[in-house]
Amino acid sequence: MERGSQPVLNVEDVSISFDMYGKGMERRKLEVVHKLSLRVHAGEIVAVVGASGSGKSLLAHAILGILPGNARMEGKLEFCGKALDEAAQKERRGKEISFIPQSVEYLDPLMKVGRQVIGVGKRRERKQRMEKMRQVFARYHLDEATAELYPYQLSGGMARRVLISGAVMGQAKLIVADEPTPGLQEGLARETMENFRELAREGCGILLITHEVGLALQAADRIAVFYAGSVLEVAPVEDFSGQGEKLRHPYSKAFLQALPQNGFQAIEGHQPYAGSLPPGCLFADRCQSRTQACMGEVRMRSLRGGEVRCIYAE
Amino acid sequence: MQNKGIGQVLEAKDVSFRYQKNSPWVLKGVNLTVGPGERVALVGPSGSGKSTLSRILAGYEKPCQGEVLWGGEPFEGSGYCPVQMVGQHPEQAVNPRWKMGKILTECWEPDEGLLQRMGIEQAWMGRWPIELSGGELQRFCILRVLGPGTKFLVCDEISAMLDAVTQAQVWQVVLEEARRRGMGIVAVTHNMALAKRVCSRIVELPKINGI
Repeated sequence: MERGSQPVLNVEDVSISFDMYGKGMERRKLEVVHKLSLRVHAGEIVAVVGASGSGKSLLAHAILGILPGNARMEGKLEFCGKALDEAAQKERRGKEISFIPQSVEYLDPLMKVGRQVIGVGKRRERKQRMEKMRQVFARYHLDEATAELYPYQLSGGMARRVLISGAVMGQAKLIVADEPTPGLQEGLARETMENFRELAREGCGILLITHEVGLALQAADRIAVFYAGSVLEVAPVEDFSGQGEKLRHPYSKAFLQALPQNGFQAIEGHQPYAGSLPPGCLFADRCQSRTQACMGEVRMRSLRGGEVRCIYAE
Repeated sequence: MQNKGIGQVLEAKDVSFRYQKNSPWVLKGVNLTVGPGERVALVGPSGSGKSTLSRILAGYEKPCQGEVLWGGEPFEGSGYCPVQMVGQHPEQAVNPRWKMGKILTECWEPDEGLLQRMGIEQAWMGRWPIELSGGELQRFCILRVLGPGTKFLVCDEISAMLDAVTQAQVWQVVLEEARRRGMGIVAVTHNMALAKRVCSRIVELPKINGI
């Protein structure tokens, strides 16, 4: 996993919390992402999978610096070895860091999509990018006339492809893709993944957030498993095979065994809710092999070429 | 009126549908019969009318031509509909001004065991819908239609927004209840592996749709 080189993206011990207001003047802090660490290297696709509400999208928004106003972030974010603070985020996003948002509502409803994909700039630059846009649109089977349409005139799948086009236009070093494929037909989803792979080969790092495990398995080099706002395991994609014998964390194993094409086995209970998290291991109440020791602090550690947050993993 | 209980057949007879006069047909001459206890997966590309057919089967839309028969007769105009439907967007299927407890018990009161199997916490009952995640809401939406009056279930992509573990968990409850009561199911899904896993028959909508 360690490639010797500097990671494009380094997320270290990042926590995100929201200020919430209760009755009257009561104000409390709700921590939804806890001490999360993750690295993406150049040329690598890292997929993030996990339960809904586990903080996958929040991580993406934190990297881009577009968290809502009442959110607060602690911890370290680094881009190509330099701190990624607010100023750096402003400077780099849309250029070196591209984002494919989860919802097609991120398109400006009052602007033709062609202009949105080309972006702002000098007239000459825009002309050059127009050419690039034609190539990108052709690649995603979008008609040239699509550029002249407004977002409401697009179907869900077309809007999705416009969003992806926007993200692959520039010379991004890092692409953060938040659920880029729902609403796309299977062939097109696969093609998008192939395009990601090409970009990665050219040296781009890609963070692919998805809950479609099949897609992650097909596209990624490494997979990070999220649960209740934390990473429980990071493993090379090869380990996600069979019944998960090679996986390290019991939740990752359960995740794999719950797939309909595998065992379709369920486990009892539910993901703990932010604000009432158990001490120690977040998965302990659903785990078969929990002991008293799981109630203590459980730190991320390296194991067999991956990382795991479990004291019993071996 | 005869006993409209378990063991009834749900039948779409020559159903055609379009949303407005002069707009293109979505469904044309669709025939589908689902026997008691049978589980049918409805598959097809997006935009092929799967959700529309689901809504018609559950009585939310009236077909422009043809009819839907429950045990050989059309639905009664009032009362609890024996055919219940769960949709793909739980956040749009709950009243944002009701707390979860009220939402869940609108039609019946599930027992503690069922709540536990579904992974629903007692503490969630006092919450507003916006305070729960989509996956948590969907558990409520599924459980609230499993009342004793429900004899048939139409599931429109009920687990597309769920992670694998939760998906397996909710389907296990639905399948157990269906088996115990001999309930029939029509399930719309994109996921062929899931269709094969939960259903006894797979129907491709474009093949039975005459447009």
